[in-house]
Amino acid sequence: MKASMSWLKSLCPTEIAVEEIVSRLTMAGLEVDAVESASHEFSNVVVGEILSVSPHPDADKLNVCEVSDGTDRLQVVCGAPNARVGLRAPFARVGGLIGSDFSIKEAKLRGVLSQGMLCGADELGLSDERDGLMELPATAPVGLDFSEYLSLPDAVLEVDLTPNRGDCLSLTGLARELSVLTETPWQAVPCPVIAPSHETQFPVTLSAPQACPVYVGRVIKNVDITQPTPIWMVERLRRSGIRSIDAVVDITNYVMLELGQPMHAFDLSVLNGGIDVRFAKAGETLRLLDGKELTLADDVLVIADQEKPLALAGVMGGEHSGISSTTRDVFLESAFFDPIVIAGKARRYGLHTDASTRFERGVDWQLAQRACERATALLIEICGGDAGPLVNTSVAASMPSAAKVWLTDARIQQQLRVAIEPEHVITILESLGCHVTREADGYWAVAPSWRFDIAIEQDLIEELARIYGYNNLPVSLPAQALSMASVPEAKTPLHRLKSYLVDQDIQEAITYSFVDPEIQALLGDGAPGVRLANPIASSMAEMRRSLVPGLVEAVRHNVNRQATRVRLFETGQCFVQTESDLDQSEHLGIALYGQHDPIHFSGVRGVDFFDLKGIVDGLIGLNGEQSLSWVPGTHPAMAPGQTAEVRLDGERIGIVGRLHPRLARQLDLPKPLYLADLHLDPILRGQVTAFKAISRYPRVNRDLAIVVDDGIQWSQVQATVRSVSDSRIREVQLFDIYQGPGIEAGKKSLALSLSLQDTESTMDDATIQAIVDRVISALRAEIHAELRG
Amino acid sequence: MNDLQAIQTEALRQIGAADSLQALDEVRVSYLGKKGLISAQMKTLGQLSAEERPEAGARINVVRDAVNAALEAKKLGLESEAENASLAREAIDVTLPGRPSHVAGLHPVTRTLHRLNTLFASLGYEVATGPEIEDDWHNFEALNIPSHHPARAMHDTFYFDDGRVLRTHTSPVQIRTMLSAEPPIRIVAPGRVYRCDHDLTHTPMFHQIEGLVVDRDISFADLKGTIVTFLNRFFEADLDVRFRPSYFPFTEPSAEVDVQCVMCEGAGCRVCKNTGWLEVMGCGMVHPKVFEQTGVDTSVYTGFAFGMGIERLAMLRYGVGDLRLFFENDLQFLNQFHG
Ligand SMILES: [Zn+2]
Repeated sequence: MKASMSWLKSLCPTEIAVEEIVSRLTMAGLEVDAVESASHEFSNVVVGEILSVSPHPDADKLNVCEVSDGTDRLQVVCGAPNARVGLRAPFARVGGLIGSDFSIKEAKLRGVLSQGMLCGADELGLSDERDGLMELPATAPVGLDFSEYLSLPDAVLEVDLTPNRGDCLSLTGLARELSVLTETPWQAVPCPVIAPSHETQFPVTLSAPQACPVYVGRVIKNVDITQPTPIWMVERLRRSGIRSIDAVVDITNYVMLELGQPMHAFDLSVLNGGIDVRFAKAGETLRLLDGKELTLADDVLVIADQEKPLALAGVMGGEHSGISSTTRDVFLESAFFDPIVIAGKARRYGLHTDASTRFERGVDWQLAQRACERATALLIEICGGDAGPLVNTSVAASMPSAAKVWLTDARIQQQLRVAIEPEHVITILESLGCHVTREADGYWAVAPSWRFDIAIEQDLIEELARIYGYNNLPVSLPAQALSMASVPEAKTPLHRLKSYLVDQDIQEAITYSFVDPEIQALLGDGAPGVRLANPIASSMAEMRRSLVPGLVEAVRHNVNRQATRVRLFETGQCFVQTESDLDQSEHLGIALYGQHDPIHFSGVRGVDFFDLKGIVDGLIGLNGEQSLSWVPGTHPAMAPGQTAEVRLDGERIGIVGRLHPRLARQLDLPKPLYLADLHLDPILRGQVTAFKAISRYPRVNRDLAIVVDDGIQWSQVQATVRSVSDSRIREVQLFDIYQGPGIEAGKKSLALSLSLQDTESTMDDATIQAIVDRVISALRAEIHAELRG
Repeated sequence: MNDLQAIQTEALRQIGAADSLQALDEVRVSYLGKKGLISAQMKTLGQLSAEERPEAGARINVVRDAVNAALEAKKLGLESEAENASLAREAIDVTLPGRPSHVAGLHPVTRTLHRLNTLFASLGYEVATGPEIEDDWHNFEALNIPSHHPARAMHDTFYFDDGRVLRTHTSPVQIRTMLSAEPPIRIVAPGRVYRCDHDLTHTPMFHQIEGLVVDRDISFADLKGTIVTFLNRFFEADLDVRFRPSYFPFTEPSAEVDVQCVMCEGAGCRVCKNTGWLEVMGCGMVHPKVFEQTGVDTSVYTGFAFGMGIERLAMLRYGVGDLRLFFENDLQFLNQFHG
């Protein structure tokens, strides 16, 4: 809402400085976003009149005018095409100043003396467009100071109103509020009853009284639509950000700004039979003032005549029934529409109008008649015409009723922690328009008809707090009984997991939860993601099914910026639609790309599968003795043979592997990229340590070199050793893999280290050898291993 | 007698002259070996009388101990020389770079979030989380934002075809908590939220943390105190804080919270648009309608809630000027937030 200070002060004549007014409004919840000047600064500018115009002897496009400034006749060279005899326009005298640095001096223009400047509206900061001299009405008093004439200088406040304060979408509303905040009485705009000069009425039917319980109409005949809107009105509209259209439209807009009542004017000659305020029939169409053709749904309220919809009630009028240059007789509408009926309709049709903004938030339901009188008076004053009787059609049973709210002293004390004197409470609430009755332990407050946001006790508490001043209210901390938080030890805190990864030199990333469907298809497992109905861009149209697409994009971003080593992780929700439901569980994604370490003179190597595997194994070790099983896996986006499915206690928790080289090429990643996508919850699950007795006896190691088929996996070797089922075998470790001279093709040599320990005694050589022999025979039997010489 | 003196003198001279462990050992053998000169002197003792023997023996022992001590000292000297020589050969350039053991960093949002969680945990708040794809009821209806409400226009919502939405705030977590837990409730709900808006100062996804306290006798003063304390702790400065009346459908009274600009200390700068104030969060007393929807007895309990954007706090805390940096994941940006 834009409001000119001079207009506001005409309704609430306070002497308080603009800065202070801005601060008080803002601190009362009417946030002033900006204060702008209504014009450039200027001095010594008066209303001038052109007395004669003759061509400049030496310049085609210039004229030499004789101008009266009220006291002298002055010669002025002027290039404006609309300079003509009799025109009144702002005239800057010699010695005048426009803006901060443009001073008016006597000068010769192409050899002709010019004693001042005739001004365009743009030159004085009254318009953004250059359009010749500013044409003032013939009634403008020549010689009058132009600042005085247009109430300048003037500040324009841009007030950012919250949706509950529709009552302040008018100068009257702001003046009421300012009055409370400055303790200055405000002055209501007089809306005297206009006596009819003829008896013509236009019938009105309220077919949807819940949606429109009151409709005020009036026929005004013989309106002269050609009359210009007076400059003071044009200026006030301009300062509120509304362009002048024609006098009738300007007047309805003016009344809307002044009182808060959106109005509409119909051309009576095209209305058929009578007004019916009703819900649209599904499929009915309406061409709006802006030329847009709408197909209406049956929950949309329309103003119709006997034939068809004329206007979208509370939103916008129709093209066909609006005021045009041929209009003679006008039908004025001033009505109340239920906010809930209007709400959302403008948005549904992609419209956003001053009327809908107000009706959605609530327009004073006792205002329609006064607004109609006000508009009538202005219309007759400006365009002439003959007013018919004002017809107020209403359905009493459907009228809104004033909320009557009970507020207790105890509630005020409990919520605000101050004891506000009853007289003060009453003063505050009454100044806001409430009708207040004091009872023994509280107040009955009847909300004013313009406040749609006062319905319960808590609303009154807010009003009290607001006017008392939020910052004058006391401050405390909640006094609550101490309680101790639970600390579940069996669950790894997410922060611990992130610290681990960060300590592995893996940087945390945060990528968007919506991804490019094409990238997701490329990097996914073939299933589509959940689609947004209204994505912000086609590249953000689908919810991620895993963290891979986001991480790959983040790696690419950095590789494109010359990074040679990118190590990223992310945790967050992923979205997988199953038949029965939507899985939104948290994932952990890791991406390792390029060099394993930063460059070092001792040498660098590229990252590989086992780097990532080691990191993932380490994660699991964060919380107890769990171990993962790694099973060769396949994934459409991963390199075959370098991909594993990860299982924890038999449950598949994710996939780890190398991005398929074909995709890496396609995505311009010259080096291998290793990716992990894991479910987070199982990783964070653990157990509280249960102590096991430690052995006092020495541990011995025995090394074995075996030769097996190339296809034998290490997990098979481990399982075979484990199958010996001897608790004294504590560990089997692999310390070398060899293929080459001395080993038959298709075979490989594995060097194992068995770690043996007994909890009851020191093992002698014979015992040790017996265990080793059993391991060897198991390896021979199960995986056809041969001992290497 | 003179003989013994001469032997000692000569032995010490030879020890002094030995220039290697091997040469030193040769000296040792030639004096103290089985056939050595001092050993030979010991053998002569047998020829002496029983009276003379102890005195002569003692004299030889003195010489032998002196030679032994000199040998030992010389040996230590030679060994340390050898070690020094070897160390000199092994000398390195200690200014060469160490083998890298870098620690990466948390994303600044996570880092900020962790501080926020820690601050509120110290006041007894627990962390609550919830799904990001929500239904209309949890995201709007239960929060007193019916479908026609003009406040819906303030939430540029992402929709799915089935009517579900990407949550526009973490308030649905408050709803879920109130539905599942009995007061007293003290939670913070951090997480990703989504608005259909993308320009210089908006990203379609960002992070929020919301707090909720429900208990007997919770007041607006408690809300103010909590917020003021929190902001001073977060920015680690004694900053002015002001509360401006505002509007949220789910709180009443509602307030916007401004903190004295951390960039210019209130003097006015570009960041605070010369107002000296930064709008950092919204808050208010939980609206009775929200309590009704979640089955909290309004005759017994009152509560407050607050919410803030984490990126905004991180930008102010670390002086980051461009919101979009948070989701580009450029390592040059991320690397600045260590550990
Ligand atoms: Zn500042």
